[in-house]
Amino acid sequence: MNNINHSWERFTVRERLSRTIVYVISVITFVWSLKTVEIIPEFLYDAPEQMADLFTRMWPIDFAFYPIKVHDALIETVNIATLGTLTAILMSIPLAIMSASNIVKNPISHWVARFFLVSSRSVNSLIWALFFVAIFGPGVIAGVLAIGFRSIGFIGKLLGEALEEVNMGSVEALRSTGTSWPIIMIKAYWPQVKPAFVSIILFRWDINVRESAVLGMVGAGGIGVVINDSLNLFEWQRVSISLLTIFVLVILAEILVVSIRKRLI
Amino acid sequence: MVKVNQNRSNPFPKKLSTTLIWLVFITYLVYLINSFGLEWTRFVDGLSYANTLIERMMPPNFSRWELLLDGLWESIEISVIASSLGIFLSLFFGLFAARNLMPIYVSAPVRVFIALCRSFHPIIIAILFVKSVGFGALAGILTLIVASIGFIAKLFAESIEEISSKQIEAIKSTGASFGSIIIFSVLPQVFSRFIGFSTYQFDSNLRNSTMIGIVGAGGLGGTLFSAFQRFDYDFVAAILITIVSVILFWEFLSNVIRRIFT
Repeated sequence: MNNINHSWERFTVRERLSRTIVYVISVITFVWSLKTVEIIPEFLYDAPEQMADLFTRMWPIDFAFYPIKVHDALIETVNIATLGTLTAILMSIPLAIMSASNIVKNPISHWVARFFLVSSRSVNSLIWALFFVAIFGPGVIAGVLAIGFRSIGFIGKLLGEALEEVNMGSVEALRSTGTSWPIIMIKAYWPQVKPAFVSIILFRWDINVRESAVLGMVGAGGIGVVINDSLNLFEWQRVSISLLTIFVLVILAEILVVSIRKRLI
Repeated sequence: MVKVNQNRSNPFPKKLSTTLIWLVFITYLVYLINSFGLEWTRFVDGLSYANTLIERMMPPNFSRWELLLDGLWESIEISVIASSLGIFLSLFFGLFAARNLMPIYVSAPVRVFIALCRSFHPIIIAILFVKSVGFGALAGILTLIVASIGFIAKLFAESIEEISSKQIEAIKSTGASFGSIIIFSVLPQVFSRFIGFSTYQFDSNLRNSTMIGIVGAGGLGGTLFSAFQRFDYDFVAAILITIVSVILFWEFLSNVIRRIFT
């Protein structure tokens, strides 16, 4: 009589099949990587000893070293992060406008902007630093440009997305009055993306403080230079004071960013 | 006739505090440029170097493709293993750090641990691991596991905290055990976001695994760094092109995966 099929399936056959394929492929790549990766097991056996040795060498922390070199390097690190973020803002705003499809309708400018944004993001800031050290020589200029070029992709992508989500009503209203293009940008787009812009910049600055702390490993200024010198001389107590100050700096930067964001948004 | 008053006051008057903030900012900027000793001549000099550098990078030299491929495979292996283990561990850490599922004496220490993992740059963690487990891929894997926990576990915990408690109550009212509650009411709500975070983390591990080789933790970074030091800029260009294209390919693949799981 009333033969209702009571069995219920959440996914269709196709969905289940494609999901299973993804699972199987990821398990296969994982197992294959485990089998082929070169790991020397002898190194693993004495890892705890080496770790203990590392910490005994790092202790006691050499606080007397702080005023000698670490303090100036720390200030330089923050300055590199700030100036790098500013450079990135200057260069990423045109790219963000070019990549927003509601502002520039031309697909070619779209693809050009995408290309620059992706290549900026996929090259790590340390690799950018290697580049600029080769061009400008060791020093802060290389650090600022490395931070700047790495941040272009990040800021440009997020700002472009924010521009695309703008409510077009006010844009149309201004356009209907016959306003010129720059005025539309300033009076219609800018007020709407301003909160997103500020939070993107603050977020990136926070990341940049962390990144500029290690740029010195390849000679691009900041506290990384101090760490690299101490590492090469096996002065682990000086390494530990540098690491401790970086830790404090990162936490202070995060507190600063959170409090500014709370006040502005 | 209607007379329109043209002399209205500005409805959005300038605030004194904003002007002050701008003033402070500009002074800071001037101080910055002074303290760095940034000079225009040095910048222009650099540009001519940049020109020779780019000339030496062209055309990219793929003749040592075996070396390149070795490094690339190692980078991919490192990031696959580190992402899998890191995401697996992050599931538990994320669960333990979620304040709506766990009592405060469990979630607080786990949160501190996650914050600690996040606060150091991978390069610094890699230095410590290279010292303790020696040069090679293992140091890289351990580094990226720590980096993954710091990032993913935090996002996992946040998305678990945002779920609706109704499903949890419903499953709980049937007398289900804690494990069943997690599997049948918590995970289905956050699963698709987990996939999104995981694909993003694999992307970022792939990018980082090309960098940690600089301090000897395996992967393409070591090859890249030694090419830089030997001034083989055409080989550097080849490596960079490879990195960018692998990441572009992964971006395409992760879009496919995300479409399957939503």
